[in-house]
Amino acid sequence: MSAPEDLRPFECDALSAYTVLPWIAVLPETVEQVRAVLRLCHSQKVPVVARGAGTGLSGGALPVAEGVLLSLAKFNRILEVDPANRLARVQPGVRNLAISEAAAPFGLYYAPDPSSQVACTIGGNVAENSGGVHCLKYGLTVHNVLQVTLLTIEGELLTLGSLGLDSPGYDLLAVINGSEGLLGVIVEVVVKLLPAPETARTLLAAFDSIEAAGKAVAGVIGAGLLPAGLEMMDKLTLRATEEFVHAGYPVDAAAVVLCEMDGMAEQVEAEIAQARAVLAAHGALEVRESRDEAERRKFWAGRKAAFPAVGRIAPDYYCIDGTIPRKRLAEVLGRIGELSEQFGLAVGNVFHAGDGNLHPLILYDASHPGELERAEALGEEILTLCVEVGGTVTGEHGVGIEKLNPMCVQFGAPELRQFHSLKAVFDAGGLLNPGKAVPTLARCAEFGRVHVHGGRLRCPELERF
Amino acid sequence: MIRDNDDSANLAGRALEACVRGEPLRIHGGGSKTFYSGTGEGRALSTLAHTGIVHYEPTELVLTARSGTPLAAIEAVLAESGQMLGFEPPHFGSGATWGGTVACGLSGPRRPWGGGVRDAVLGCRIVNGRGEVLSFGGQVMKNVAGFDVSRLMAGALGTLGLLLEISVKVLPRPECETTLCFDCSSVEAQERMIRWGGVGLPLTGMAWDGRLHLRLAGPAQAVLAAARRVGGDRPVAPEALWNGLREQTHHFFSGEGDLWRLSLPPAVDIGSLSGDWLIDWGGAQRWLRTAVSGPDAVFAAARAAGGHARLFRGANSTATRCAPLAPALAALHRRVKAAFDPVGILNRGLCQEAS
Ligand SMILES: Cc1cc2nc3c(=O)[nH]c(=O)nc-3n(C[C@H](O)[C@H](O)[C@@H](O)COP(=O)(O)OP(=O)(O)OC[C@H]3O[C@@H](n4cnc5c(N)ncnc54)[C@H](O)[C@@H]3O)c2cc1C
Ligand SMILES: Cc1cc2nc3c(=O)[nH]c(=O)nc-3n(C[C@H](O)[C@H](O)[C@H](O)COP(=O)(O)OP(=O)(O)OC[C@H]3O[C@@H](n4cnc5c(N)ncnc54)[C@H](O)[C@@H]3O)c2cc1C
Repeated sequence: MSAPEDLRPFECDALSAYTVLPWIAVLPETVEQVRAVLRLCHSQKVPVVARGAGTGLSGGALPVAEGVLLSLAKFNRILEVDPANRLARVQPGVRNLAISEAAAPFGLYYAPDPSSQVACTIGGNVAENSGGVHCLKYGLTVHNVLQVTLLTIEGELLTLGSLGLDSPGYDLLAVINGSEGLLGVIVEVVVKLLPAPETARTLLAAFDSIEAAGKAVAGVIGAGLLPAGLEMMDKLTLRATEEFVHAGYPVDAAAVVLCEMDGMAEQVEAEIAQARAVLAAHGALEVRESRDEAERRKFWAGRKAAFPAVGRIAPDYYCIDGTIPRKRLAEVLGRIGELSEQFGLAVGNVFHAGDGNLHPLILYDASHPGELERAEALGEEILTLCVEVGGTVTGEHGVGIEKLNPMCVQFGAPELRQFHSLKAVFDAGGLLNPGKAVPTLARCAEFGRVHVHGGRLRCPELERF
Repeated sequence: MIRDNDDSANLAGRALEACVRGEPLRIHGGGSKTFYSGTGEGRALSTLAHTGIVHYEPTELVLTARSGTPLAAIEAVLAESGQMLGFEPPHFGSGATWGGTVACGLSGPRRPWGGGVRDAVLGCRIVNGRGEVLSFGGQVMKNVAGFDVSRLMAGALGTLGLLLEISVKVLPRPECETTLCFDCSSVEAQERMIRWGGVGLPLTGMAWDGRLHLRLAGPAQAVLAAARRVGGDRPVAPEALWNGLREQTHHFFSGEGDLWRLSLPPAVDIGSLSGDWLIDWGGAQRWLRTAVSGPDAVFAAARAAGGHARLFRGANSTATRCAPLAPALAALHRRVKAAFDPVGILNRGLCQEAS
């Protein structure tokens, strides 16, 4: 496709602030066709951007103007569900949730559950190493993928991993997970399936301060519990979601913690009792326990609808994604509050407390000149803060084009050079998804000119310009 | 007490010097796994002076330690806080170090449920073959910034970088653990492993050595309930069994012939090979001791089943340990090696796949 009206649907992913029309878009149906496209692009030095469902939040699937947009939408078949070996072999365009649906008749499921799971594809999940509420207990995509087959830009078909739990040589499967489409085009994925838990039960605990809630979360982990989900919402988010879904949340609380246990009935019962005691001991104002499946779903309804709910109270919002060591939670949230005042933009917090993955939502109005830029600047400050306390600039959304500057805060020139040389191993000409995920050293030098963080000058050996 | 000593400047200096001179370095920790890694070329470079736990916060479930730290000392520190390494690594000797553990990437019987070494790794500091000190990943559970170089180091046998510090996710130690065993054939054992592996029991081990052994762990009520569901006998010394499987002190490992490790999808049948079998990891890791089946037969059978085989301990030290990789993949391995170690100074010749 090359007509502008056909290309329009591909002009951005879910980070809609950035749009670029690709030169052409192709929708191949077979691996041979993908190979032919890549070979042609390689010989003609044309950039290629792979695309799954386009739900990425960091502009990873943003097209390049002079390049090919390679959609994997037609690779949507589940090739095999093998219950005895607890695995499924799927094409990259299969939706995350569709895998669990196909495995359900065998009492199995696919654990990683990004909130976008109804729409996002397994190819995109591998490229982003996506995670969700289940991460703390069941891991990210990298922990749940056995084998990936990909095509290099030269059209070489490679199989990484095996149907066992490891494979000979270097763990290149780990490198492909989270490689943001820079190393190859994924054409088949074999995922691990897990037994569906017999039961799940959830606690909802209210606290009068973020700090107390943060300490309670640490307390739950410190007590030796590993919840299937451990989430937190602040007051702003709580109120917005309550107005939206009427889940019966305690809106006067400063923070709410959701803690879910899953497994065998006896196990869940024991762990829920223990978690309840820990939450109470950490000063919870009240602790509710889901009595049945309907109530459990109700507890989660607000959390799951938090983003759209916040979306209702402001014309636009900008969702950040950084991870911090859990014990710095109260401090970081306090600092975000101060930054919010300083920049004059409200920030709502809803996040995976169990693994320290924050998603501050910065509310703004794009129709007010300069507000988007202010929101972005505030976002960068927050990510810098995450790195300063020992965390990272992205926990699950990837770097894409969005977090290239914050990457310069987290990594120095030697690390970035190592990333570039690893990229060159797969794609020497830099044709796959150019300009994403790993900033150039020149960019960091330029960025470093205006931002000196914690007195540490990044890339000091490079000339400033 | 673990001695706290940062030897990284010295180690990086040695690597830089070696890089400039083009002289290979043979990295070693405790020397406990040479039989597995093989002996590389060049001058010995010891990590044993680089010790200490840099960071450990039980409520964060994260531990960071220097590579020369004894594995046993790390496990002891974790145990004090009721925590452990989920991958249950083998020591293969009292001198095992943290660096060697990650560089070899070996995991014990708990692996299918607790994850492998690479699954636990969150971040690392390394010296690459240019003598540069680099940090990747971090100390948080979720981190997708940049390529995942940290996990690439697990099992790379020190050929891509000398590990200085490694951060891992640790797990709470279960409140209660119990082992049940059953007299049954290997075929029957496999059927039960498939069945029980698919229903969400709190499993942390499933192995067959003539009898089927099941290890359950979790809250006491749950373990009791699960044990009631599966039945079976209670062995006298279950810890000795699981330790024996992990450290290969189990009598199976002391017999004659080559010891092969086959990594396979758990339910496949691989009856065509002759020798003695031991099944671990619920069927995903099988040990074959044989004087009959030759390398080609073992490689072919493992590949046909969707997995791979490695000669783990062989009488003949020059024997081929792994089947060659597909040409494109082998070329990729060589380029990865060159990207980290262009001159080829780190453990030259150890990663057979990359040489
Ligand atoms: C004090 C001492 C001196 C030795 N001197 C010699 C000698 O002169 N000549 C000789 O042939 N052998 C020597 N050895 C044996 C030599 O250590 C082995 O060949 C070694 O490679 C085995 O691995 P290891 O000691 O690291 O054991 P483990 O700690 O179990 O390590 C196994 C594997 O991991 C790698 N590794 C270990 N630590 C790291 C790390 N931090 N970063 C990256 N990779 C790592 C090793 O290179 C090896 O491939 C010596 C051993 C000791 C303890
Ligand atoms: C409402 C909402 C909630 C979300 N919640 C979460 C969450 O909880 N956790 C989380 O991790 N993410 C979340 N995301 C982000 C996003 O859904 C994930 O990153 C997802 O994995 C992207 O999948 P996709 O198929 O949409 O990929 P795309 O957006 O199409 O592409 C993402 C990246 O993957 C590459 N890519 C895609 N397919 C391939 C392929 N076959 N081969 C090579 N590269 C490929 C692209 O080039 C691009 O770099 C959320 C997004 C939205 C909109």
